[in-house]
Amino acid sequence: MSWTRKILRVNLSKGSCTPEPLNMEWAMEYLGQRGLASKYLSEEVDPTCDALGPDNKLIMATGPLTGTSASTAGRYSVICKSPLTGAIAASNSGGFFGPEMKFAGWDMIIFEGKSEKPVYLLIQDDQVELRSAEDIWGKSAWETDDILHATHQDPQMRIAIIGRTAEAGCLYAGIINDRHRAAGRSGVGTVMASKNLKAVAIRGTGGIGNLEDADKFFEAVDAGKKVLADGAVTGQGLPTYGTQVLMNVINGVGGLPAHNMRDVGFDGAGDISAEAMAEPRKSDGKPNLVTGAGCFACTIACGRISTIDKTHFSVKDKPQYHGASGGLEYEAAWALGADTGVSDLDALTYVNFLCNEDGFDPISFGATVAAAMEMFQDGDLTTKDTGGIELKFGSAEALVAITELLVTGEGFAKDLGMGSKRLCDKYKRPELSMTVKSQEFPAYDPRGIQGMGLGYATSNRGACHLRGYTVASEVLGIPVKTEMNDAEGKPELVKAFQDATALVDSAGLCIFTTFAWGMDDIAPQIDAACEGDWSVEGCLEVGERIWNMERIFNQAAGFTADDDKLPKRMLKEAIKSGPTKGQVSRLGEMLPKYYEIRGWNPKGEVTAETRERLSL
Amino acid sequence: MQKSLHIDPGKCTGCLQCEMACSYDNTGTFNPSRSYIKVFTFHDEGRFAPYTCTQCDEAWCMHACPVDAISVDLATGAKIISDDKCVGCKVCTIACPFGTVNYSQATGKVVKCDLCGGDPECAKACPTGAITYIDADWTGYDRMMASAAKSLPSAEATH
Amino acid sequence: MQHIIIGAGPAGVIAAETLRKCDPAASVTIIGDEPEPPYSRMAIPYYLSDNIDEAGSYLRDPSTHYSKYSIELVQERVEKVDSKAKQVTLSDSSTRNYDKLLLATGSRAISPPIPGLDLPQVHSCWTLVDARHIIELAKPGANVVLIGAGFIGCIILEALVKRKIKLTVVETGNRMVPRMLNDKAGGLLKQWCIDKGIDVHTSCSVESVKAADNGEVQVSLSDGSKLPAALVITATGVKPNIEMLEGTDIKLDLGVLVNHSMQTSNSDVYAAGDVAQGIDFSTGNFEVQAIQPTAADHGRIAALNMAGNITEHHGTLNMNILDTLGLVSCSFGLWMGVDGGEQAELYNPGEFQYINLQFDGDCLVGASTIGKTQHIGVLRGLIESRINLGHWKERLLKDPTCIMEAYIASTQELGYS
Repeated sequence: MSWTRKILRVNLSKGSCTPEPLNMEWAMEYLGQRGLASKYLSEEVDPTCDALGPDNKLIMATGPLTGTSASTAGRYSVICKSPLTGAIAASNSGGFFGPEMKFAGWDMIIFEGKSEKPVYLLIQDDQVELRSAEDIWGKSAWETDDILHATHQDPQMRIAIIGRTAEAGCLYAGIINDRHRAAGRSGVGTVMASKNLKAVAIRGTGGIGNLEDADKFFEAVDAGKKVLADGAVTGQGLPTYGTQVLMNVINGVGGLPAHNMRDVGFDGAGDISAEAMAEPRKSDGKPNLVTGAGCFACTIACGRISTIDKTHFSVKDKPQYHGASGGLEYEAAWALGADTGVSDLDALTYVNFLCNEDGFDPISFGATVAAAMEMFQDGDLTTKDTGGIELKFGSAEALVAITELLVTGEGFAKDLGMGSKRLCDKYKRPELSMTVKSQEFPAYDPRGIQGMGLGYATSNRGACHLRGYTVASEVLGIPVKTEMNDAEGKPELVKAFQDATALVDSAGLCIFTTFAWGMDDIAPQIDAACEGDWSVEGCLEVGERIWNMERIFNQAAGFTADDDKLPKRMLKEAIKSGPTKGQVSRLGEMLPKYYEIRGWNPKGEVTAETRERLSL
Repeated sequence: MQKSLHIDPGKCTGCLQCEMACSYDNTGTFNPSRSYIKVFTFHDEGRFAPYTCTQCDEAWCMHACPVDAISVDLATGAKIISDDKCVGCKVCTIACPFGTVNYSQATGKVVKCDLCGGDPECAKACPTGAITYIDADWTGYDRMMASAAKSLPSAEATH
Repeated sequence: MQHIIIGAGPAGVIAAETLRKCDPAASVTIIGDEPEPPYSRMAIPYYLSDNIDEAGSYLRDPSTHYSKYSIELVQERVEKVDSKAKQVTLSDSSTRNYDKLLLATGSRAISPPIPGLDLPQVHSCWTLVDARHIIELAKPGANVVLIGAGFIGCIILEALVKRKIKLTVVETGNRMVPRMLNDKAGGLLKQWCIDKGIDVHTSCSVESVKAADNGEVQVSLSDGSKLPAALVITATGVKPNIEMLEGTDIKLDLGVLVNHSMQTSNSDVYAAGDVAQGIDFSTGNFEVQAIQPTAADHGRIAALNMAGNITEHHGTLNMNILDTLGLVSCSFGLWMGVDGGEQAELYNPGEFQYINLQFDGDCLVGASTIGKTQHIGVLRGLIESRINLGHWKERLLKDPTCIMEAYIASTQELGYS
């Protein structure tokens, strides 16, 4: 077993911290992290509750492999009901926070209730304490990180923190750890803020040593590392270019949306690509990219560490942004860049820094700004609404100004902080919101890449690429190449990716391993570390069980088949140019088949048979 | 030819596989807090620097030990701690000007890199070649060591 | 070549080993007056706490080491040094001639002028003989009064508490280890001890120790308390053993004055360790340090010079590390700071954590910490290398915990510009 078998229950209303044993029966059925925490949430939280009320719970959970030497085994997830979508949220973060939780002896922390005053949770192994956060409330995640490290005089402490946007109620605020790693999507940071919980600071010194079969484990782990090193994407593409390797690739195949998804294909893609990040700047001869960086245990190291040109308008008088920090990932570069039409790499890097500094999701934020820009262009929004900002597509100045405004939580920031769905509703252009279940699309056009459209529509946390990354197959040919514009076969593909992803997200591993790993590579690592039977089939069943459990939570929260839909633009407005010209999403063809192979009825409800088959 | 650890911070991604390998070898747990090699993060510079004992010739730790608990492994040149003899007085931890001998609360003894008897786990675990174990004279590590040590006045005394 | 070393502590033993290494043909003799083989006083607290037996305190394996390296051990007291005749006289009246002599006679515990300190229940804690007395009297449940909360007092605290005695500490200073820690840090240490159930009296002195009827003693304090005690331990400082040098041409001050080669005013006589008044790295002055690392440095450098390898000593850094019932404190160099220097400080009394860095210009010149065990040696590295910290000083002023980062960035190639 590689679980610590201990969870910490923190009742913020009472101010109590209580250890309890991990439910091992559930662990055998849901593995850990996303799956197991979602099980706890399903059992303990009324799906109809107010996501920002005291009845919602926030669970920080690790997987059984988290903290081991399996490649990428540094993940943790935050599970709660999302205030952005109203659906179940499971946001996954790397860095070093999750392993530290394990080293301190905890698989999971469940926060319930609401603290009367701002607090942070301090964990030093089995010593656990809620401390006043009144001095750090109102500070950015970065400042808080500095202050808590200094307060506890421990540079090695790992801290998960909400920034000012979460405090201000921005519905897509995340939780930042290690300065630029984030449980980013679905507003999990907003839920944390609603509980008056500013940070969780952990130092663990106990380590993890309870491998079920150590020899087998190292054998499987070493084999897995070799597969990653030999893989084209995991051994070359991601280490060299980061996820930004995709910018030119996706643009080239006609899958890169732009200008609030009005267009597909972005002229400025090259200027904001991985290749551009490696190019020396004219001003100081240094490239944007300083180095690649790995999360805990990661042998891929797709993370980017970047600097901004010190003479760039965004940071000219702000020396605090002249050092290196977390650079652009592909999704952020797309949302902040292509979707807003901005091709100024320094501006995007600066805005990305702010996303990390104050903890908000660059995808939802960028896409919301893009929607606002389209409304601004159409005259639905004016400078009166935006506080004087000329919110034009392609304006780096406007992007920078609106981002700095968002952090203040003042004026138009309140509208922007609601996300694109609520923003477009408010300004009476609901059709301009590129969302599913109120969550903004990421960087792949559902018209160009059919599987992603079905994936967005059926994702349990709203539009997202990380619930089933069929791009791997549809664009990169991993594990097998499928045609981007084929609808046939995509329901099966989407289901397979969704189930496998649910398992990976529950193990403590990073989904990017699946650019090289199949379940054949993953299951043996879990099996060697953990008690119980973790065969390939068993793992896939657990993945499917998790997917259905999430679906059942959402059904109970009031979601129906009517919510498994894409914006009209994706279904009716054909792509205007490029390799995918003329395409629309064929969701209607794919969805019934998807329901069928899921074992759901035509209304998209999980049937009794399926529940029984999956012991739900 | 004696070998030494060669560290190239430019190649390090900060993944801590070295710390896990080291701690697993020493404690049977994945436990970076008990690793003898430590990756330091230079956030503003965007650099990661693995750092451990250089097995320096001066061996301040060894000379400062009041109970003869530190000796030289003749095969590797490593300065190694004898747990049987170490009383946990920590004098070596302040004597080592590189900060690479540390007290372990868990064992009540001091701990340091022992080069794993000549097959360092950290080097084997490093996925990027940032840590290698190679012939000492062409590592350049000696030069690095010397540049750090040269400035230490008491080091000059013994050369 | 005939080398004689007076004193069988770390300085003497390391000097003997260095001499043997440099000059395989020379005769090397260590003369020590204690009945045991060469041992380390640093180990006594661990002997007191039953962590080791007596043999665990020995500097080397006495059965093999000295014979293997042909180092002669003589157990006698040196009564007299005749530096003109280049001869020492031992307590058995025999004499020994030398070509080069090393004074590594160490120091001894001193007692303050308090009436009653000659009672059999009163002991210092300096030698193995003292330790045996303490073990004898510190029975579980016994009342023990420790006079002096200096370095030695504090380092034996844990050993005493482990013997399950009831401990009272009396210190004339306003805090614990006043010569190693400032008010905040020393105050933290005091609070720590109080929390651990020790009765701590600071700014307080012992006025007298009197025999009581029950075979114990009564200790009267300046604050009016009267404490019963089965054992009183004095830990009020040490002074160099220089008596045998009186009347010689060897210049004495607080200890034996030495130059940059550890040579005394007589060119054939050297001194090392607690007895030597050598160069202090931080001040450049000649001072007695009485710490283990200094003894080791002195012994090595003196021996190199005795063997003809001219080696200049640039001074040793005064530094101490102390584990008081699990709370580790340490100090380096000019921990109290210098005029016009800046300091960085983090004080977290709730967690018994403290770090204080003292700068002179862009260089670190002193430091003290509480509750730190990782990478603290690098404070020595930063101070002794006189690294010009540049912008890292600003970072340390903001966050003094990043000492390792400052050191690595200042000394290693990180591969960026």
